[in-house]
Amino acid sequence: MMHIKQEAEERHVLTITVDNEAGILAKIAGLFTARGYNIDSLTVADITENHAVSRITIVTHGPPSQIDQIHAQLERLVPVHKVVDLTEVGPHVARELALIKVAGLGEKRVEALRLADIFRAKAVDTTTESFIFELTGAPDKIDTFVQLMRDLGLVEVGRTGIVAMIRGPHEA
Amino acid sequence: MTEERSGANILVESLVKQGVEFVFGYPGGAVLPIYDALFGDERLRHILVRHEAGAAHAAEGYARSTGKPGVVLVTSGPGATNAITGIADAFMDSIPLVVITGQVPTALIGSDAFQEADTVGISRHCTKHNYLVKDPAELAGIIDEAFQIATSGRPGPVLIDIPKDVQIASALWNDAPAQRRQRYSPRTEGTADEIAQAVEMIARAKAPVFYTGGGVINSGPRATALLRALQEKIGAPVTSTLMGLGAFPADHADWLGMLGMHGTYEANFAMNQADLIVCVGARFDDRVTGRLDAFAPNSEKIHIDIDRASINKTVRVDLPIIGDCATVLDQILTLWGDRKGQDISAWKTRVEGWREKKSLSFPLSDKAIMPQLAVQRLFELTKDKDPVISTEVGQHQMWAAQYFHFFGPNKWLTSGGLGTMGYGLPAAIGAQLGNPDSLVIDIAGDASIQMNIQELGTATQYRLPVKIFILNNEWMGMVRQWQELTYESRFSQSYSESLPDFVKLAEAYGWKGIRIENESQLDAGIQEMIDYDGPVIVDCLVAKESNCFPMIPSGAAHTEMILYGDTVAGTMDDEAKALV
Ligand SMILES: Cc1ncc(C[n+]2csc(CCOP(=O)(O)OP(=O)(O)O)c2C)c(N)n1
Repeated sequence: MMHIKQEAEERHVLTITVDNEAGILAKIAGLFTARGYNIDSLTVADITENHAVSRITIVTHGPPSQIDQIHAQLERLVPVHKVVDLTEVGPHVARELALIKVAGLGEKRVEALRLADIFRAKAVDTTTESFIFELTGAPDKIDTFVQLMRDLGLVEVGRTGIVAMIRGPHEA
Repeated sequence: MTEERSGANILVESLVKQGVEFVFGYPGGAVLPIYDALFGDERLRHILVRHEAGAAHAAEGYARSTGKPGVVLVTSGPGATNAITGIADAFMDSIPLVVITGQVPTALIGSDAFQEADTVGISRHCTKHNYLVKDPAELAGIIDEAFQIATSGRPGPVLIDIPKDVQIASALWNDAPAQRRQRYSPRTEGTADEIAQAVEMIARAKAPVFYTGGGVINSGPRATALLRALQEKIGAPVTSTLMGLGAFPADHADWLGMLGMHGTYEANFAMNQADLIVCVGARFDDRVTGRLDAFAPNSEKIHIDIDRASINKTVRVDLPIIGDCATVLDQILTLWGDRKGQDISAWKTRVEGWREKKSLSFPLSDKAIMPQLAVQRLFELTKDKDPVISTEVGQHQMWAAQYFHFFGPNKWLTSGGLGTMGYGLPAAIGAQLGNPDSLVIDIAGDASIQMNIQELGTATQYRLPVKIFILNNEWMGMVRQWQELTYESRFSQSYSESLPDFVKLAEAYGWKGIRIENESQLDAGIQEMIDYDGPVIVDCLVAKESNCFPMIPSGAAHTEMILYGDTVAGTMDDEAKALV
């Protein structure tokens, strides 16, 4: 009998600067599926005035040797300018935005609003029976908030996935 | 001079500017404008293949045997999908190709138009880079960049998908050098620090071995010369992967032969027992390493490779040097100067001991021609002509690697990474075009040769004197061998049923056909093949059930090789079976 073995895994945040050309996202996402790497979250938007360059943030997990391969495989794609493994480089800020819709009346509605205040979530849509909260923060803060909302009439959640940046005055 | 030209015209001019001699292609609706632009143009020679897979493999054979990029031109949809196998093959073996595919007109893309396929999507992970051209004004720059990407760094295939309207529409063109984007510049040199460390590691090694690969061939003849020069200073034995054969001369006293699954005893033992492995342009492929946790356990490893992604992919190395093989070897040689390494004579004595195993010896048979013998005789009778050899995939390929010997680069064309049956004949055709005066032989199996047999017509059309030497064992021999050794001889679907009469088939295509049925006809048959001024198929009937040894069964270590005469269990545990 044969069983599939598992290896110890690490979670890493990578930022990738790429030429903003057709198919680049498919290329990067496809690289992950083709080689069996994991994507926990992926965000992308162009970051230069002329829209020529995009920054992609990918959160991945895998054994250390695989993380190193991901880095190398990304780097060898022609449209990729730079890959930074923020988890390797050092302390960084990682933030995510979420929209959280909660519906309810009476006590539950009041409690939802109270918790939103504690988490500094902003109500960006309000009806007499619902809110949409906007919350930014580290992913686990959002996890916690969403968890609390489950008992208070959670309807749906939308999350952007994280963007991240190295701390301090310099570019990574 | 600046003028309006059609996209098709700009493409042709750009190919001429790149110095392209041959375009391997097949026409169709979505490339008609390009074919019209080629009409009557004497500067490019179009080679009409019989199937687009043949075009891609022929371009590979041309590239591998000349060191220049191969160019492919095919239509949209089925033309492009047929070429994919050859593109994937070139990707795995780092062969520089520029593949031009027609596409349906821009306005129809995404509408499931006639002969539409998402070529850029399909080829994304088997090309080094690909493009969909939206405007003929971009073409010149894209083509220039495509050639740069295909040929520099770790070479590979680049695909350019050109919608039909972009071929017809015009743009300003001039004959000044094209303006390509300045974004691809792979690292080619090792740092001073790395080179110093390499020299130090080599200088203290008592049991060093060179493990070389296709990267040395890709880097060009200078890398081959520098490898030989460095080896002369250090005296270490040299082994090579399947793809690297020819970089080091096979008649050299320190040549160990190929390593890996069907490598020699001395090569695999030297790797296992070395205290330093200098890996030059090879990538620790699973066919080479065998069981990873038992691979070269006591050695330090230096890995010279132009592709950072090849470093630490399967085997952790102590000193990676990212750079071009020739450049880095040159740097090491320069710093080495007149240094003296350790006395490695004790090590070389051990190596001689392993050689004594004579792992390539095989029993002769009085009933049938042993396939190994057929390759040996083919080598003996052709070696003076310094032939170019291509192969298909299977036992015959391994026997060719073991018993044919190479003395220089670019003489050995084989599908290593992808292992594509059907590679050898078109590759031989491409090689013959690139080397019109060379003897080019495809060493084939009876099953593989049928995979691109239609290309016989291409050789006939262009009067190419290609030779095909079939080791006909009436089996998919390599499959049969694995079934014998790991599935208790349950020969599921591996018999070559209903083989054609290869002699008559040759004749039907205007080739000469020769059948060799017993050992007494072997030399004469080979000689007749060499002497014939035109294409020949030799159908050499060989012992049907020979196995290819030595063999490291999958999941085993280098030291667990099976040699001729060893008894084999005929089965394997599931863990081993699951390894490719
Ligand atoms: C396109 C393709 N399909 C299937 C295989 C799997 N395969 C590897 S070797 C082999 C048998 C080859 O038989 P033959 O060409 O007669 O060569 P022999 O091993 O007998 O020398 C097969 C089917 C392959 N390598 N390529």
